[in-house]
Amino acid sequence: MSSASSLSVDKRDIVALEGVTKRFPGVVANDSVDLAIRPGEVHVLLGENGAGKSTLIGMLSGLQQPDEGRILVDGEPTAITSPRHALALGIGTVFQHMMLVPTLTVAENLLLGGPWWQRPKTEELEARVAEITRTLGITVKLHARVSELSLGEQQQVEILRAMVRNSRLLILDESTSMLTPKGIDELGALMRRLVEQGLAIVFITHKLKEAAAFGDRISVLKLGRKVGEIPPERFRALGEQVIISEIVELMFGKQKDDPEAAERPVRTIHAEAAPLLQVHDLGVAPTDDAPGLSSISFDIRPGELLGIAGIDGNGQKQLAEALAGQRATAYGSVRLQGATIDALSVGERRERGLRYLTDDRLGEGTVGTFPVSINFFLKQVGAAPFWRRGVEQRAEIDKRAAQLVREYDVRTPSLKTPVARLSGGNIQKVLLARELAEGAKVVIFNKPTYGLDLANTLASRQRIRDTAARGLAVLLISTDLEELLSMCDRIAVIANGLLVGTVENADDARTKIGRLMIGLAA
Amino acid sequence: MTGLFGEIFLSALLFGAVTAAIPLLLAGLGEQMSEKAGVLNIGIEGMMLAGAYLGFVGAFYSGSLWLGFLTSAGGGIAVALVMALLCVRIGLNQIVIGIALTLGLEGLTALLHHFQFSRSYPRLPAVDVTVIPLLSDIPVIGPALFRQHLSVYLAVALVFAMGYVYRRTQLGLNLQAAGDKPAALDVAGIDVVRTRTIAVLTTGALAGLGGAFLANVGAGLFIPFITNGAGFLGIVLAMLARGRPVWVLFGALLFGVCLSLTTAMQVAGINIPTDVIQMLPFLAVMIMLVLFGRRASLPAALGIPYERGAR
Repeated sequence: MSSASSLSVDKRDIVALEGVTKRFPGVVANDSVDLAIRPGEVHVLLGENGAGKSTLIGMLSGLQQPDEGRILVDGEPTAITSPRHALALGIGTVFQHMMLVPTLTVAENLLLGGPWWQRPKTEELEARVAEITRTLGITVKLHARVSELSLGEQQQVEILRAMVRNSRLLILDESTSMLTPKGIDELGALMRRLVEQGLAIVFITHKLKEAAAFGDRISVLKLGRKVGEIPPERFRALGEQVIISEIVELMFGKQKDDPEAAERPVRTIHAEAAPLLQVHDLGVAPTDDAPGLSSISFDIRPGELLGIAGIDGNGQKQLAEALAGQRATAYGSVRLQGATIDALSVGERRERGLRYLTDDRLGEGTVGTFPVSINFFLKQVGAAPFWRRGVEQRAEIDKRAAQLVREYDVRTPSLKTPVARLSGGNIQKVLLARELAEGAKVVIFNKPTYGLDLANTLASRQRIRDTAARGLAVLLISTDLEELLSMCDRIAVIANGLLVGTVENADDARTKIGRLMIGLAA
Repeated sequence: MTGLFGEIFLSALLFGAVTAAIPLLLAGLGEQMSEKAGVLNIGIEGMMLAGAYLGFVGAFYSGSLWLGFLTSAGGGIAVALVMALLCVRIGLNQIVIGIALTLGLEGLTALLHHFQFSRSYPRLPAVDVTVIPLLSDIPVIGPALFRQHLSVYLAVALVFAMGYVYRRTQLGLNLQAAGDKPAALDVAGIDVVRTRTIAVLTTGALAGLGGAFLANVGAGLFIPFITNGAGFLGIVLAMLARGRPVWVLFGALLFGVCLSLTTAMQVAGINIPTDVIQMLPFLAVMIMLVLFGRRASLPAALGIPYERGAR
């Protein structure tokens, strides 16, 4: 273990970040982040999607440069200008997406990067790999083609590559996301052996349990800012439960003077009213890249806002798509106003009032190169009054589109502007206008404020509240717990494709949901 | 009977096949290198034309065939430099730029030829052959294969040299990574743009040499549009060869036989319209594509300009 040695405070950091800020158009990905990375420590960077973890890694591995602040390597301010430079500084990165050439063998991948005029030094490599794998207790098939390896094996190759290159700091970006539970345990053990050899590890994850199990030091990122750090001394002093609840507080806790804070108006929902949407024992088979759903059941009554909380990628999108008819279900039933809709197509479900606002606004929600006006009626192409006998009724479309633009306050230069040229917030307004149009009864919102700025976020939320107030049933899927708490009547928590609990939105809901989200009973 | 399939006829047919195959071989090897590195080089026809023209000019004025090869390689590289700048460094569309280069060079070389040589139509003297002892005494194939110009043997040797580079050298690894997963090469610390530039410039040199062979060794003169699609055939060969230089050689020989047949059949006076006979090599291309096209496995990042951090 990294016991007494890492306690010595004066030990110099391998890498330190001081006030590092990185901006992208419209977003501050990292806002004045400080970070100290020390040998013999697994430093966990914890945060939800969009918290700025990957940007931070991009700067450490030379893919991006900070806009403000500086990076110190061995105490010296250093501009890490390229991946090659990062490697030369001893910073090895295992990226979230595999960075191996699938058509080459493992050995060839490890040899990649040598001077081009040289012959690959295969014998040297074999000796070196044998030495490293022996101390780490892993086996690597050097002469297998990478495309034949499992993802876990590929990851070991990537770690091995960093070791072969004498990395002092190993960065693992969301490395567990594609591994099996067994693979995750193995990775944890491997990391432990590596830090025992004096390596520094930065381990990025959004899974709390992994952070608590594998980490020595934990830094929590939230919306690009570092909101807290638990140093190794405290880590060891506190029990796992205390640590976890402390992190929950950091990750999901309410911040002071939060502009998004809004009083949730108390609404009364007629408990006796028949549910508009009934989902009973719904299941979806898992695919290669997405978890399945099992035994999902819930009801939504008129005027009710049901939230789905959970860490991203736990089946939220699958649930939304299964309800909208875009994804085949394995079993179970969905009823709209008491009538079963399982056999209905996407269009027929929409016709009957089931509306779905996708989180993929540009990819799935709109056709970016089409004008704003047409995008309002994408789901009614061919239908009167906007199309007659297959011919587009330009005047009719423009008239109605102009109305919607006013009504939903879409800021667009003109009706003819390609929708992709609008900001995310305005694209969302186009989608809202389209899906909330006449006949809507049940509306599914998938991450409706994801990537929006504050003003548009607030506007979208108000629109969703109004929708419920009109007596529609609303399913709000979000990874933003604050959002759910400020809007929903009840909040269900999804984890690994399972609804693990449903909580009435009362005073203690925050803690209960936080605990459900990380896999502890409420 | 003996007139058509006699020993001398067959020998001449094979000899012609080899002469026709070498430019295709060089173009195919060149294209293969670009494609391996992820650059679809449609401009190769233009590079060949530049090489053919400059190669002829060089050989004509210096009187040295080898100096002609040198200038031809320079011409090919010059065109490839434009391609590398626009498509690899700036990241413009490889197909559009490639077509533009080909059309541009067709016009430019035709124009230069018109001003320089359209009155005199100069020719180069026939090339010397290098006779390989013993082997050249084998009936039929001996005179066809082993009484060729030295550059023919060098071109064939190049096939094996390229095979060695791809399979046994660091550069070979880098090239394949640049075509299959450029991001992996980048994070391994190798400049993707530089690797691809090297590949494209090499393609230019090889295409230029192919053009010079066509003009100086094959025809002994330069005429406009002399390549007549040889560069495009090179692209087909590279696609069918799945990254193996030796398959480019086989393919080039096959096409060479077809091309040689067209000449031979005309000479033999077989009663088929010339246009049909001249169609033969391209028919062969279509047949080969139907038969093997589906097996062509192209690099994953072929034709996609590399941009760091883009996903």
